[in-house]
Amino acid sequence: MLGKLSWSAIPIHEPIPLITSVVMIVVILGVLGLITFKGWWPYLWREWITSVDHKRIGVMYCLLGIVMLIRGFADAIMMRSHQALAINAAGYLPPEHYNQIFSAHGTIMIFFAAMPLVIGVMNFVTPLQLGVRDVAFPTLNSVSFWLTASGALLVNLSLFIGEFARTGWLPYPPLSEATYSPGVGVDYYLWAVQISGIGTLMTGVNFVTTVLKMRCPGMGYFSMPMFCWTTLAASLLIVAVFPILTATLAMLSLDRFFGWHYFSNDLGGNPMMFWNLIWAWGHPEVYILVLPAFGIFSEIFSTFSGKPLFGYRSMVAATLFICLVSLMVWLHHFFTMGSGPAVNTAFGISTSIIAVGTGVKIFNWIFTMYGGRVRFSVPMLWSLGFIFTFVIGGMTGVLLAVPPADFVLHNSMFLVAHFHNVIVGGVVFALFAGIHYWFPKAFGFRLHEGWGKAAFWCAFIGFWVTFAPLYVLGLEGMTRRLQHVEIEAWRPMLYLSVVGVVILIAGVVCQITQLVVSIVRRDALRDLTGDPWDGRSLEWATPSPAPFFNFATLPDVAGEEAYWGIKLQAIESQQLAPEPRYADIEMPVNSPVGFYTAFFATVVGFSLVWQIWWLAILGLAAAYAGFVVFAWRDIHEVHVPAEEVARVDRARRAAREALLQRLAHQGATP
Amino acid sequence: MSNLEFDPHEYTGTLDKREDHAPGDVAEESAGHWVLNANLGLGFSVVLTVASFWAAGAHWIWGPAVPMALIVLAIAQMGVHLVYFLHITTGPDNTNNVLALAYGVLVVFLILAGSVWIMAHLADNMMPMDKLMDMAR
Repeated sequence: MLGKLSWSAIPIHEPIPLITSVVMIVVILGVLGLITFKGWWPYLWREWITSVDHKRIGVMYCLLGIVMLIRGFADAIMMRSHQALAINAAGYLPPEHYNQIFSAHGTIMIFFAAMPLVIGVMNFVTPLQLGVRDVAFPTLNSVSFWLTASGALLVNLSLFIGEFARTGWLPYPPLSEATYSPGVGVDYYLWAVQISGIGTLMTGVNFVTTVLKMRCPGMGYFSMPMFCWTTLAASLLIVAVFPILTATLAMLSLDRFFGWHYFSNDLGGNPMMFWNLIWAWGHPEVYILVLPAFGIFSEIFSTFSGKPLFGYRSMVAATLFICLVSLMVWLHHFFTMGSGPAVNTAFGISTSIIAVGTGVKIFNWIFTMYGGRVRFSVPMLWSLGFIFTFVIGGMTGVLLAVPPADFVLHNSMFLVAHFHNVIVGGVVFALFAGIHYWFPKAFGFRLHEGWGKAAFWCAFIGFWVTFAPLYVLGLEGMTRRLQHVEIEAWRPMLYLSVVGVVILIAGVVCQITQLVVSIVRRDALRDLTGDPWDGRSLEWATPSPAPFFNFATLPDVAGEEAYWGIKLQAIESQQLAPEPRYADIEMPVNSPVGFYTAFFATVVGFSLVWQIWWLAILGLAAAYAGFVVFAWRDIHEVHVPAEEVARVDRARRAAREALLQRLAHQGATP
Repeated sequence: MSNLEFDPHEYTGTLDKREDHAPGDVAEESAGHWVLNANLGLGFSVVLTVASFWAAGAHWIWGPAVPMALIVLAIAQMGVHLVYFLHITTGPDNTNNVLALAYGVLVVFLILAGSVWIMAHLADNMMPMDKLMDMAR
């Protein structure tokens, strides 16, 4: 009846997961109780859960990403502190638990922290920058988000019911085959990643279509902001490689469920085929994360230097070059698997070449700052920290791209330090910079600068104190994922790394304090004009927070920096463009289908993990019924009357008038 | 800000000569042309299919050249499908379709050829000892 599920799945005898889960359950029940008590459910349901507004969905993606980032960080704290305590000692985590923690850390950070945050920023920013009212498929967008949330929920459920994979963040066979991992851990991994992967694939389709088909009048490909280009490149990569991930994990599931032999060691199976396929997805995946990050930095460098982006066309070329070449480097993740020198050399060279594209970008950012009026606001600090950190991470990457060097350093702490160097220094720094930069557009008030600067310095210093020792440990021969350390000489560096973690914790505290302080002082920090940073792209043409229809009339733009041109014209002529003729707007209507589908996707995932077949079939049928009902809907769009559009837009124009008056008074450009 | 009356949601519904077609969009055409087009495609693909069966069994093609003939016929078959059934043209309204096709072909080629190359190399280099002995014998 209940498959493999029984009471023994609850970790009664393991205090750490048990206490964590009980605390989590209490917190969740508390939040749900508060929402019920305050009567917030109708508002949440109407305005957020069923929303198909790309800005709301973007904010929800970011919230999910931040919550999971904290969860993944908790795993990281446990790993660093355990290793420091396990030098010729027992440490405090038993091996089977420690293995789950490093697997969960990687899985959560990539799939459920970095991806939702990147996609969240893409969602929020891209349509605004393109000057349109929504993405190409708004309801699909909502389904994507809720499926990602469903995957995140499954990973977290594994903490309390059953166990998580002990195989690392990519479950390499034969270890992940049913013979060696008979528990449900790998199944939790497989179904969580499959469900969220479907969501990501749909996001990719959505954004390719949005960027190619939905730009405002006058915005050609070569006048799109850089972030839109990187969104396009990342979405193209998603569409190309996520099907590989889905197929590969499906084959592993067939091996596990039905005893097939794609990746087993016998009967013609080949585990190395899994490595090959998973990295054909895995390497483009890191560029899916880092290309939008590069886009965020491009926006910030030009805005805070008061200059157009240096070498815009070379930046576009570099982005597309990286997009293409990232599909040709995947073997560098398994140089040591036994391919011959010809294969290793070819992939080593292609890996080194990809650094050329990144190098072009780095120089363009530096030249963007050169001769500009650079303002050292929080987003700019993150960006400068990024250049320093990412250049070093990139160079250790080029070092690892040399096969002989990789034979020495593969699977060592050096590798761990390298990829944290590029992912934290590249992606995470970008996301914090981007959140600070676009926060006023989402909520109407800026984040507190002082606490933001404190958070940056803690994160920057903490990062280096944590990971520089890992480079040293890797060169000294320490391999990754050690549950137990027997070399006394590694003690100082492991301790130093824990000091870095403490500084990082201080950074997280600053970040949370920043949010709380900003909310408390939101009236003083309010952004009245809608253009708090003297921006250059179209999102700053809207009021803060942007109305749900973004633009009262779609802008008709010219030139590379759409909003900068409009703004300069207004300042020079000392007046706004004449008031447009307002018309009724059709906006996509809210739909619960995303939430509904994801609910049953969670049911399906959970029942497949525990092999409760009848429930899986029932869940699939229910999820499918959701699509059918949605496809037969009668009302597609909601009507926004011209008076409402005019009211919102006149308020925006009044604020802009006031700004123009103030500027005329000062006799200066903003 | 202009007062242009323009809504991309409406816009995607009505195909316009100015804009590229997205994959899946089908341009307006008369029913007669559609039937003619589909029948031409059907005719060509049937001819090519019959030709490949015939080529496989025919004796007047030089034996070792038969696989090559089959490959040529298969590629021609793909072309017929792209032109008559998927309506890929070289016209400017078809840029997106052609680019999407090229990208898909490129990705599939990279992954397939790369995997075959990598795994073949691996199989050569990591041959089990007994098999290696067999080959040396």
